[in-house]
Formats: sequence, C-alpha cells, structure tokens
Amino acid sequence: MRRRLALCVLAALAGCGDDATVSGGGDKPELVVSAASSMTEALTACAPDFPEATVRLQFAGSDELAAQIRQGVPVDVFAAANTKLPEELAREGKLGEPVVFASNRLVLAVPADGAVDSLTALERSDVTLVIGAEGVPVGDYTRGVLERLGPERSKAILANVRSNEPDVKGIVGKLTQGAADAGFVYASDVQATGGDLRAIELPAALEPKATYGAGVVEAAKQPDAAEAFVDDLAAGGCHRALLEAGFGEP
Amino acid sequence: MTRAASGWFGVLLVVALAATLMFLTLPIAAIFAQQPPGELVSALGEEGALDALWLSLRTTATALILIVGVGTPAAYLLATRRVRGRAALITLIELPLVLPPAVAGIALLAAVGPSTFLGQAAQDAGLQLTLATAGVVVALTFVAAPFYLRQAIAAFEAVDPTLLDASRTLGASPARTFGRVAIPTALPGLVAGTALALGRALGEFGATLMFAGSFQGVTQTVPLAIYDRFSTDFTAALALSAVLVAVSAAILLSVKLVRGPDAVAR
Repeated sequence: MRRRLALCVLAALAGCGDDATVSGGGDKPELVVSAASSMTEALTACAPDFPEATVRLQFAGSDELAAQIRQGVPVDVFAAANTKLPEELAREGKLGEPVVFASNRLVLAVPADGAVDSLTALERSDVTLVIGAEGVPVGDYTRGVLERLGPERSKAILANVRSNEPDVKGIVGKLTQGAADAGFVYASDVQATGGDLRAIELPAALEPKATYGAGVVEAAKQPDAAEAFVDDLAAGGCHRALLEAGFGEP
Repeated sequence: MTRAASGWFGVLLVVALAATLMFLTLPIAAIFAQQPPGELVSALGEEGALDALWLSLRTTATALILIVGVGTPAAYLLATRRVRGRAALITLIELPLVLPPAVAGIALLAAVGPSTFLGQAAQDAGLQLTLATAGVVVALTFVAAPFYLRQAIAAFEAVDPTLLDASRTLGASPARTFGRVAIPTALPGLVAGTALALGRALGEFGATLMFAGSFQGVTQTVPLAIYDRFSTDFTAALALSAVLVAVSAAILLSVKLVRGPDAVAR
C-alpha cells in the first residue's frame, strides 16, 4: 500500500515536467521565456497561442533575470523592461542582437480613492511612496524622472520613499493593499489592476523613454522557436496582446 | 556499523552518505570559495550591509523577547494542564511552521494590513506596521514563534510532575513553582527552542518583503539585502550570506553544546 502511494507520488512528480507549461501541446518544443514582471498579464494571455512551441514563462525584475542568465540558467528568450540590460548581455556574448519590441509609459500610480493627485503632492512630508529598487528598470526610470525635477524636489520626494521593491509587482501590491500613498509604475500595470489604482500622467518633459528589448539567449536550447517568439513580441500575437494591455509601439 | 557496511549494501550506504554530504556542503563552501576572504570582509564594510546586519539584530532580538516572554507561560499552560481541545490548539500553534513564507505575508496583510480594521486601529494608536520596522518584528514573530513554542511545550511536558507537586506541597505558589522549578528544569529545551526561533527569524525573507517592504535601515534585513544585491553586487551578496552561514553555524553548535549531540533532532 505504502509502496503504491510512493509510486503515485513519483509519477506525479515526473509528470510535473510536462504539466508545468502554459499550454500542453503534443510534441512541440518547450520554450523558456524570462520576461520582466510588467509583462505578466499580456504574455500570460498570448503565450498559449504561440504556434511554434509550448511557452514556459517566468517573470521577475529584469535585473534578476539578467543575473540568472549571467549565472548560466538555461533560458531561451530574455525580454526586459529596458534596452540597457539586453544590450549589456549581448556585449558579454550571452545574448543575440536585441530587438526593441514595445514601449511603456512611466506613470505615478495612486489608490483610486487616494489623496495624492499630482507630482507636487509627493513632496509633502506626510506622503508615503514606494518605488523600484536601484538596478531594476522601473527603479532606474523613476530615479531618472526625479533627477530631472532638480536636486531639491528630488530630495524631498526620495525622503518619502518607504520601500525599494525588487520588481514592479511589489510596488503595485503595496499600493493596492493601501500600504503606501503613491508609486511609480508603468501605465500597463495600472490598467491591469482593473480600477484599483489610478494613473497620474507625468509631464512630457519628465517622462522617460521606457523601451523594451528582447533577444535570443546564446545558450538557448530552442534557438529557432526563440527567434520566432522574439518576432512574435515585435509584430505578432504577443505584440497585439502588449498593445491591448496598455503598452505602446517602440 | 561494521555489519551494515559489508558487501554491496555497505557500498551503497557509503555512496549515499558521500552524495548527501557533497550536495549539502558544496553550496555552502562555494559561498566562501568564490571570493577571497578579504573581499568579503571589505564588502561588509559598506554602509548598506552594516545597516542590514544591525536591523536584523534589532528586529530578531525584539521578536525573540516577545516570543519567549509570552510563549513560555503559554507553553507551560498547554504542557501541564488538561486544556480542552489541547491537540487542536497545538496544531493551530504549529501551523505557521509549515506555511510558505508568501502565505505568511499575505495572511499578515489580510489580518493587520493597512486596509483592515486591526491595521487601522494600530495606525490610529500610533503604531505603523506595514513598511515600518515594527512590521518586520511582527513578521519575524509570526514565523519564528512556533519553533520556540513546540520545543517549550515538549520541554515542560518532560518535567517530572512529582517535582511540581513537591514544590506546591512545600508551600510554593504556582507562580513560584513555575519560576523556580519548572523553568530551571526545562531550561535546556527552552534554550534550544530559542535558538531555533532565532535561526528562523534571522532567515525570514518572504513575509518581510510582502508585509514590511524593503528599505535600507528600516525594513531591509540581511536576507532582503542579499536579494537586493544579487543582481547588482554579487560580492556583497556573498559577504552577507557568509555572515548568515557563520551565525547559523554558531546557533547550531550552541544548541548542541546545551543539549547534547541529538538536540536538534528531538
């Protein structure tokens, strides 16, 4: 009896390898895609329709994913929330020529019923702010915006930061839980909350150019399918899904 | 041992042990091998690393004071009186022990998060939990307390009841019996429980990040600082990891010294 149970457990574990995919497609190759957290909703929606392979997605802060690729984690595609990280990896010979496939707008996100209604309000000392950590694309874009505000305003706003989150989902979570009054995230993240958060647009002069870059990892096990997926991000079904989720053309 | 180690079966046992040792010690050794020790020490001198160490020390100490202060009498009651539904109560107390840290984080947000009644009440009373040091203490206490309670209950259960009866017959009050007889007798078990809770609290990651956030000097404990540096400064991440390895080893050793070589298994 016990032995049979053990066998069942083993069988279930062995099955895991095949089941842990987004769509269970017969003998299609399995493609491992490392993508920035901000694309979670869009890529989860489009990946099952990708014809050439069964796509396994993993999301995290772009910098963590890049560090994994540097450490040799076997991934086929790297899709980052900036072009800096893919270009760095390409220079190091870890990634093929990166393709710019989408853009995003950085906005100031506030809870729908929150008191903060402008960038200026962030300088008040009773406001709490959550931003991305340094090195995470969203955190670097945010610091760029604050720099352009000048040292005095930037200092006042940074003094209100209560958490440096490792990825954009952490910022959104803190805001939807009411743990902070405001945070800098992408327009698509605000859209994904379905009304829990409100976006305050940044003045055009401050807005960073948040362009997303993707490439085929040099050590990819499925280089052809990986190439096709990068094309799909730039012009296919996943590109449309990104636009629907609030992303822009590059 | 000599009989077990004869023939092919003996070889199998030795191979299994060698594989186990390799698997468990290699990653830990690699922390120290990747960089020369000098690099690791100088990476610790960085301000953010020191902040993280100091914060971990403070929050862990506070959590342990809370756990031991409230947990010891609670464990004594459960161990020595016929409390109704005792087995169910102990299971409830032990539940956080097996909860994934992410679940602990969500649970804390749902119970005392800023948008809840309790969280609001705490805030009105001037106690900020989320994104504040107090929130780290709450998270550490929640995940580490069961480790202490389990050991403390077992330790009090092992105290010979006739000792307690004798103390009372000789005229000592229940409180005096608890303080002068029960605690000294159960002390090795209580110390072992404290050490296990200390180890768990020092390593806490998920619940802290979700509930308290990550900010240098306020909520960024050593494990969060390691994660923060993993992508930008691998040497600093290694250095902080090395400190945690050393502290954990010291905890383990001290438990063994207090309770004998089988302490942690019990």
